Formats: sequence, structure tokens, C-alpha cells
Amino acid sequence: MAAMIGLVPLIPLLSSIVLMLTYAVLPRLLIGVLGVGSVAAAAILTLLIGMDFLADPQPFQLVLWTWMQVGNFSPGISFYFDGLTLVMMSVITGVGFLIHLFSTEFMEQDASYARYFAYLNMFVAAMLILVMADNLLLLYLGWEGVGVCSYLLVGFWYQNSANGQAARKAFVVTRIGDTAMALGLFLLFTELGTLEIQPMLAMANQQWQLGDMLPLIACLLLLGGAVGKSAQLPLHTWLPDAMAGPTPVSALIHAATMVTAGVYLIARTHDLFLLAPTAMMVVAFIGLATSLMAAFTALMQSDIKRILAYSTISQIGYMFLALGVGAWTAGIFHLMTHAFFKALLFLGSGAIIHYLHHEHDIFKMGGLRKKMPITFWSFLIGSAALAALPMTSGFFSKDQILLQAYQLPQLGPWLWLGGLLGALLTAIYSFRLVFVVFFGQAKTEPSGDVGWRMGVPLILLCALAMLGGYFVIPVADVFPIASTDHPAHWVEYVSIATPVLGLLLAYLLFYSKQLNMDGLINSSVGQVLRGFWLSGWRIDWLYDLVFVKPYTMLSGLMKNEPVDGFYGLVIAINQTFNYWGMRSQTGRMRWYIGSMVFGLILLLTLALQIPAEAL
Amino acid sequence: MLEIILFYIAASIALIATVLAMTRANAIHALIYLIVSLLAVAVIFFLIGAPFAAALEIVIYAGAIMVLFVFVIMMLNLGEEGDARERGLLQPKIWAGPTLLSLMLFAELLYMISTIEGPVSMQVVTAKDVGLALFGPYVLAVEIAAMLLLAGLVGSYHLGRRYLEREV
Amino acid sequence: MDGLNIPLNHILLVSTLLFSIGLLGLMIRRNIIFILMSLEVMLNAAALAFVAAGAHWGQPDGQIVFMLILSVAAAEVAVGLGLVLQVQRRFKTLDMDSADRMRG
Repeated sequence: MAAMIGLVPLIPLLSSIVLMLTYAVLPRLLIGVLGVGSVAAAAILTLLIGMDFLADPQPFQLVLWTWMQVGNFSPGISFYFDGLTLVMMSVITGVGFLIHLFSTEFMEQDASYARYFAYLNMFVAAMLILVMADNLLLLYLGWEGVGVCSYLLVGFWYQNSANGQAARKAFVVTRIGDTAMALGLFLLFTELGTLEIQPMLAMANQQWQLGDMLPLIACLLLLGGAVGKSAQLPLHTWLPDAMAGPTPVSALIHAATMVTAGVYLIARTHDLFLLAPTAMMVVAFIGLATSLMAAFTALMQSDIKRILAYSTISQIGYMFLALGVGAWTAGIFHLMTHAFFKALLFLGSGAIIHYLHHEHDIFKMGGLRKKMPITFWSFLIGSAALAALPMTSGFFSKDQILLQAYQLPQLGPWLWLGGLLGALLTAIYSFRLVFVVFFGQAKTEPSGDVGWRMGVPLILLCALAMLGGYFVIPVADVFPIASTDHPAHWVEYVSIATPVLGLLLAYLLFYSKQLNMDGLINSSVGQVLRGFWLSGWRIDWLYDLVFVKPYTMLSGLMKNEPVDGFYGLVIAINQTFNYWGMRSQTGRMRWYIGSMVFGLILLLTLALQIPAEAL
Repeated sequence: MLEIILFYIAASIALIATVLAMTRANAIHALIYLIVSLLAVAVIFFLIGAPFAAALEIVIYAGAIMVLFVFVIMMLNLGEEGDARERGLLQPKIWAGPTLLSLMLFAELLYMISTIEGPVSMQVVTAKDVGLALFGPYVLAVEIAAMLLLAGLVGSYHLGRRYLEREV
Repeated sequence: MDGLNIPLNHILLVSTLLFSIGLLGLMIRRNIIFILMSLEVMLNAAALAFVAAGAHWGQPDGQIVFMLILSVAAAEVAVGLGLVLQVQRRFKTLDMDSADRMRG
């Protein structure tokens, strides 16, 4: 069974290549079968391999061939398989399959049907390579592969130049993080002599002491890559704009899988981070700050996809918080449950957008509860899980994170308090979405409810979002065992009560309207705050001012090539002399004679200056 | 004393004849004045004790070279309209600049020769002396002159031959 | 006897004047025949200066150089008059300004 693992990324990759080569030749039905079937096959293979592995949980390595050989550097095309890999593969192929199925209906009318599935399959293949790689270089290949696919899919509707801009922004901003990560890889290879993850981590533990400088630098560089890919502060600005792509793409890439690659990277190299407690603290604080910042922003947005995008940033912030406090299992668990309920929410929003004539503004929706029941229920369940209401999957994972954060010595309670505030905000904005979109008066008439290809994924994801919390992820051998002692009971109660309080607040604010915030919002301070949060804390504006404007100004200056201008001056001087020299060649003999005589006079004058004795 | 008077007369004739030669419109007239000027210079040569040079001046310069000029002018058969145009060229607008340049050069040369003093010796340098020097220390100069004349011969033959062929 | 001899610098003065006149003619005339004549005048002026200097010292060297100048003048006139014929044939004029394109 182990050898089959290589087929998992290969099948989507082959399908992608076939789709690219036979573009515009295959009938639509066959494109759909190929696109969905390849991911389904990968999912079934993953299931089989996973069952094998659960029966006998031994991590193993599969070396296919040596990629390249340069001196003593010989990275292989080789895969490593353990519990963490299994979790990631299951999420990618499983959720990926459902989203592919959903896409067949969502993209039915699109002219570039084959191109869409080619990109999407390639994405799945690259993402699988990312999580299965046993060395960091192959991981980096997958990492860049998903970046390219993300670029292609965000700019899928390239006819609109704004989409192209969003794609470019996503690509460039993540590239900043990727550069840091590449530097991190260089450092690790120079210091440890290998990029194979398991030997490298073992070597790091031998060679470095706790709190050394080098692991700290390496960790911060890797963190740079993770921050870029996972849209955390300060490189999060690309994700809201990346919503320009088709909604299933947002569900797959920008919610369930790619953006969690950063979390996976840190979890995979956790041995390294354990050597650098400072880096762990940085991870935790970046996570908390991002989660709060994004939650406040999500509260103010009116575009349904942007709300979900900011909520994704916020939830990944939670995962970072979990990683930062050493709650590895909880972090990965939240990654999985988040993949379920956020994919559900995105697909739900996709259904709404699809049947509401591409309407994105939630205040132009409303009253959809009766018209689109399946969508309503999936959205309700997704929001409940997102808000971490008890018994949903999100509850289990988020609760674990908060409790383990609390147990961290010294700073723990503060992190917990911050996380709690985030949870409260999450509950408010997620139910604000539900109440505004599905209750109240209908403002736009939907053209129907979902068909089976959209409905089945929604229903299956509903089940996962509800029951995902009862899964036990097989990562016990991967991560160090977390402390099992529980904090005081009141902490637990408060953690459980907070989302419920958020739900209540949202109910009062947006459904029964018993609490009226209009006065507060319309006050001058309220307006300023609202504008501040609506713009995502003005971070885009700041980056524009600090980076983009000076850069474009500089390129504007460089466009005229000032260095060339200098050489041009040399040329111009020569040409001027040449021109005048040419002009003097008139062919008029008497001018030549006159010039000669003039020169003779000058020479004689000079000769007369020399005293006779010197001659 | 007689020599000095003769010298000044000859010098005046040379200068006047040259100025006239330079300002004539008709080439033949100018040529005649030039020959007069050359004969006057030959007189000066004779007076300062160089009879051989004076003889060469008359025989080769005034005799051979100037006759060559006459031949060519006759061959070209220049008409009256050429004279008219040459006369039109002698306007202040045209000669003001060149005159200024010439005067400047003349002033400088004058300054340079002003420091030279002393007379020329009246001792005659005979043809024999010249011949001895010519085929003694200056034999190389003779050979160079010979080659130069050969080159002139070949060049003028080449140019003139094509002229004659095309004309026919 | 000494005071009655011809002063050297007077001869040189005549030579300089002849040279300047020749130069002037060279610069103002357009007719190629006059240009050649002006050159003859200038060569002759130089020859006069050499012979005078030779006479000042009573040596034959000045006359040797005079003969060199003579041969240069002869060669130059021979080639120059050949050119005059060519110019006349090609441009139907002796005006140097109309032959300023430097090509046949």
C-alpha cells in the first residue's frame, strides 16, 4: 500500500496535464468527469492508505528518485508519511473532491471550463506535494506550485483587469514571505548540511542548544514564509483581494488548504521552533494580533466573501496562536475543522452568489431562509461551527486552543483573554451574516436553490462541520504530548459561554433590533472607527504609501534611464564635435588656406613667446 | 654704392610687378608681370654675389616654368567672360579678411627679422663652389630632387595623357 | 666698405613682402592658374631669403637650397598644370569654388 502513495499527487497532475493539452477539444461532461474523478481517485487512495496506516501507525518514507545531485546536496523526489501527512492529505483530497464536485455546477456556464479544472487539479497536485515532501526543497516546490495556481485562479476571470491586479498582489505579497523562507532554507542547509526534514530536525537538536541564536533566525525566516502564505500580519493584505477568483477557488485555496500551508510548515518543523522559545512567542503574538485585527474588520464588511476572507485570516490567527503556545495538536485539529466549516461557508456563499445573479453585498440579500433551504441550513451549521457554539466541530478545536493558551506560564491568561475577545467577535460577525442574509425581508429574488452537484457537497460538509470535532487525529506520535491537566472549571465555562453571548448579541443587534447601535455608529468617533475597521485598519493604505508609491515613483524616474542619459551625453558631445568637424569640410579651398594661415599665425605667436636663449 | 641703388630699384620692381601680377584679371598679363618680378629677383641674386642662382632663376623660373604656364593658358583658350568674372572677385568684401591675415603674418615676420643685423658679404660664390657643395655634402639632396622631378614627370604625364585622350 | 654693403634685413624685408603678397593672392583668387602663380611667388620669396642668408655668410649652402626649391617648384607646376587641364575638362571652368564637392 505504501508504494501507492506516489499515485496520490500523480493522478491530479496527469489529469491537469491532459486537460491543458486537450483544451477546447473534450466535451464538458468528460472535462467534469476527469477533473472531479482524478481528485476522487486521490481521495479514495488516501482513504485506503489511511486505513492501512491507522491499523499499523508506522511512519514511512518513499524515495522515488533523486531530483538533482550537486556535491553533497542531493534532494530526492521522496515522500514522508506520518499522521500529520495523513490529516493534511485527507483534508486536501476530501474537501478538495467536494469542492470540485460543487464547481461542476458552479462553473457550468463558464466558457473556460477546462482551464478551470486544469488549474484546480494542478493546485491539488502541488498542495499534495507540499504536505507529502520529505525534504524542504520538494516542499518549497509544492509551496511555489500552489502559489502559481493561486495566482492563476485568482486572476481566472482575467478579462476584468481588477482581477488581474488582485492576482498580482496575491503573488507579489506572498513572494515576500517566500523569499524569507528561501533564505531560511539556505541557512538551514549551510548549518545542518541537509534539507531532509527528519534528519535535519534530529541534527538541529544535536547541534543547537535551547535559546541559541541560529535556530531563532532560521525559525523567524521560516515564519516569514508561513506568514506570507497564511495571510498573517503583516503580509495578510493579499487574501481579501484574492476573493476576486471564483468562489469554489476561494473555498479550496483561500480557506481550506493553501492558506493553512504556513501552519503545516511550522507544525512540521516544530522541533526547530521548540529550540527557539522567542520565535514561538512571536508566532503566538502574530496569531493573536492577526485574529483580533481581522475579526474587527470582518465586523464591518458588507461583501459576503470579504467577511469570510477576514474570518479566514482570523481563524488562521487562532492556529498560529495554538502553534505559538505549543498546542500543536490543537492547531492542526483546528486546521482540519476550519477546513470543513470554512469550505462549507464559502460554498454556501458561492451558492448564494450563483443564484443571486452575482450579488456580493449582504445588505442587498435577506430573507433567503425559505427560498434556499439547503443553503440556509449549511450556512447556519457553518456559522455555528465558526462561532464555536457547543457540540460543533469548531467548538472542540477552539476550546482546546484557548485552554492550552491559558495554561502557558505568565502570559497565558492574557493570550486566553485575547483569544476570548476574538471568539466573541467571531460569533457576532458570523451570526450577523446569517441574520442579515437569511432573515428579514427579501430584497433580491434567487433563481432557485442548489442542484445535486452543489447540494451533495454542502450536505456532506455540514455533516463534517457538525461531527468533525469527534474525530481523533492520529498525530500523537508526531508532536510532543501536551499537558493533560485541566485549568480551573470557570475558565472552561467562560470559554464555552463566550460564543453563546456573541450569538445573543448578534440576535439582539441584527435580528430583533432591540439593541440599537445607530447612535454609536453615527457619532464622530464611531464613524472614524468604522472607517478604520472597514478599510482593514488602513494597512493597504499604509503599504501603498510606504512601498508601492515610492517604488512606482522610483521606476518612473528610472524609466527614462538616467544612467543611459549620461552615456547619451558622451555620445551627444561626440556628435556635436563631429557635426562641426563635418561642417568645416566645405571643400572650399580658400577657407582651408585661410585656416592654415590662421593656424600658422597662432603657432608663430606661440614661438615668439619662447625667449631666444632657450632655442 | 651702385650696387645698393641697383638693389633698391630691383626690389621696388619686384614688389610692384608682383602686386600687379596678383591683381590682374587676365592670366597672360599677370604672367608677364610675374616674369618681370622674377627677373628683378634674379638681379638681386646677382647683386648679393650669387650669379649662379641668378642664372638659374632666369633660365628655369622665368624661362621654363613660366613658359609652361603660357602653354597651358593658351591650350585652355580662356575667353573674355573669364576675365570679367575675375574682375568681379576683386571686391573689398572678398579681400578684406585675407588681407588682415596676411598683414598679421607679415607683422610677425617683420618682428622676427627686425633683430637681424649686418650686411651681406660682397664675396661672390661661384658656380664652382656651388657645384662642389652640391656633389659633396649635399649629394643626398640631389638624389631627392631627382626623385621629386621624376614623380612630377610621371604625375603630369599621367594627368595630361588622359586629358588628351578624352578630348580626342 | 662695410657701411656701403646691402643690409641683410632689407633683403629679408623684400622676401617677407613678396611672401605676404603671394599669400594674399592665394587667398583671394579663385582661378586655379592664379593660385598656382601665387604659390610660385611664395616659393620664390622663400628662395630669396635662403640665398640672402647664404650670401651673408659667403657660403654656397643657400644656393643649394635654392636649387632644391627650384626643383620642387618645377615638379609642382608640372603636376598642378596637369590638374588644371583636368579641372577645365570636367567642370568647364577654372573656378575652384565650383569644384568643391571633392569628387569627379
